[in-house]
Amino acid sequence: MPPDNRSLTGKAWVFGDEVNTDVLAPGQYMSGSIPNLAKHCLESVDPDFAANVRTGDIVVAGENFGVGSSREQAVEVLRALGVSAVVAKTFGGIFFRNAYNLGLYAIVCGEADQIQPGDILSVNAAAGKITVSSRKLALTCDPVPAFLLEMAEQGGLIAGLEARLSARGGKNST
Amino acid sequence: MGQTLAEKIIARAARRKSVSPGEIVTCQVDLAMIHDSGGPRRVAPLLKRLGVDVWDPDKIVLVSDHFVPAEDEISKSILAQTRDWARINAIKNFHDLEGICHVVLPERGHLKPGMFVAGGDSHSPTGGAFGCFMFGVGATDMGGIMATGETWIRVPATIRIDLDGELEKGVSAKDINLALCGRLGMGGAKYQVVEFSGNGIASLSMEERMTLCNMTAELGAMTGIIAPDDVTQTYLDRVGADWAGGGDWRSDPGASYLEHHRLDLNALEPQVAAPHSPANAAPVTNMGNARIDRAYIGGCTGAKLGDLHMAADILKGKKIAPDTRLMVVPASTRALAETKADGTHAILSDAGATFVASGCGICAGYVGDLLGENEVCLSTTARNFQGRMGAASSEVYLASPYTVAASAIIGRITDPREFLKAQDDAS
Ligand code: SF4
Repeated sequence: MPPDNRSLTGKAWVFGDEVNTDVLAPGQYMSGSIPNLAKHCLESVDPDFAANVRTGDIVVAGENFGVGSSREQAVEVLRALGVSAVVAKTFGGIFFRNAYNLGLYAIVCGEADQIQPGDILSVNAAAGKITVSSRKLALTCDPVPAFLLEMAEQGGLIAGLEARLSARGGKNST
Repeated sequence: MGQTLAEKIIARAARRKSVSPGEIVTCQVDLAMIHDSGGPRRVAPLLKRLGVDVWDPDKIVLVSDHFVPAEDEISKSILAQTRDWARINAIKNFHDLEGICHVVLPERGHLKPGMFVAGGDSHSPTGGAFGCFMFGVGATDMGGIMATGETWIRVPATIRIDLDGELEKGVSAKDINLALCGRLGMGGAKYQVVEFSGNGIASLSMEERMTLCNMTAELGAMTGIIAPDDVTQTYLDRVGADWAGGGDWRSDPGASYLEHHRLDLNALEPQVAAPHSPANAAPVTNMGNARIDRAYIGGCTGAKLGDLHMAADILKGKKIAPDTRLMVVPASTRALAETKADGTHAILSDAGATFVASGCGICAGYVGDLLGENEVCLSTTARNFQGRMGAASSEVYLASPYTVAASAIIGRITDPREFLKAQDDAS
């Protein structure tokens, strides 16, 4: 389950613009397991990231994060490494959908470039606020729409569907 | 108020009279496309977890193309798993090793104007060439679609791009795409719809329109779309797609657009995108004759039958440079068969091309003869992100089939119009 959106707190790992899906989930490792693929997440831009990122940490980036392929392993490897949220100026459209589908918060923040590596961020997804208490910084983000928050809080699209299908007794497997 | 083509299709799929950009609606999917990478191996566990079967096996098209050529055990087992799933779920539209999904779908008549189609691949906008609203989704979204036959979308605004005039010989749709990537950037279309219109559309073949819509993905669009016309009808008739026209599948005159751009096709020069982004595009004449190790004519963007014809126009009676390799990966087995029948295959082989089995090949960077350390490749594919086609130190430039073929002859990035001019002078 993803952490409660009202208390998303973690250390910032800062990247640039257009961090694409091939960088997040390199093709050469796509046939293997998620834990193995995760070891190579972002390695071409920061070879130390995968080994050093910790549970609850937050990835911060510029424009068009997750641009490229529809492969949602780009989200899964971040989740596998413990990343709780990605804060970026803008996102690739498919990545954004995939993120909430898998319970990863994708926060659109036009002021993301004020965040520095190692900052401890507190993210309020519903209100669209990020605070960096050590530097007395308060950043404004796009508030996450209620239906996406609900999806993330439920643990993603499939968990939500599971609840819906069982509510209407719709399981039809043999 | 008038509606755009995309809005009309979404409204129909959402069983509404009209929709407006920004609204969130639930749509019924007319067709869902999945492939071996994002398909069965990822979707089957989701369906199992939900305890349901696929909502309608006849509305699913399954294509094995990504782990092709399957040279290792894992790739082979993924393809085997895909076959098993197709059989168990009675998927009659299963295209196994017949080529790349975005090319196989239209070739087999699966796409018709007005359809709302979800594709489990980011280049699904290709289908927009047929007046479909076809967009790419990830595997979890696809799991939801397979279970219920529906999906939510936030209605995208539409950006209109008018193409004026006609392309010079040696310039192609790929050059239009690259020029737009250079001009608008990879985030230019922020998950909106790019609708191509204008008098320049009429002269573009369906395959060229597919290329145009395909690379709206590189503009960050949700999809691209082109209203159907006589060229569309002729193509659909040829592939037996059973579309008798009808349906008001064009934008209303009063439709509202978020942005409006124009591109003069007559003035467009061949374009090349430098490593590592399609947005690094500039006229070929600015590329300083960069040296290449490998020329790659492949992918859904750049190896359809028409793309292979462009390459053959340049390579006819020529030989590639001795220290350059030319790999040709026809986008479908049907395209391959046609190149054999019409002499294109012989022209490319005689020039020194090595043919590889139809599929995504090294475009996805999954399997096959990937780029080595520091290798420089000029490719007809859609993306040149760092490390995509092999080693992180490799470099990929993007261009049209004309430009890639001409550059293979010289071993350096070359303006293809020089070759066509020389041919004209000689004849
Ligand atoms: S050819 Fe390349 S761009 Fe096209 S579907 Fe395959 S991997 Fe994607």
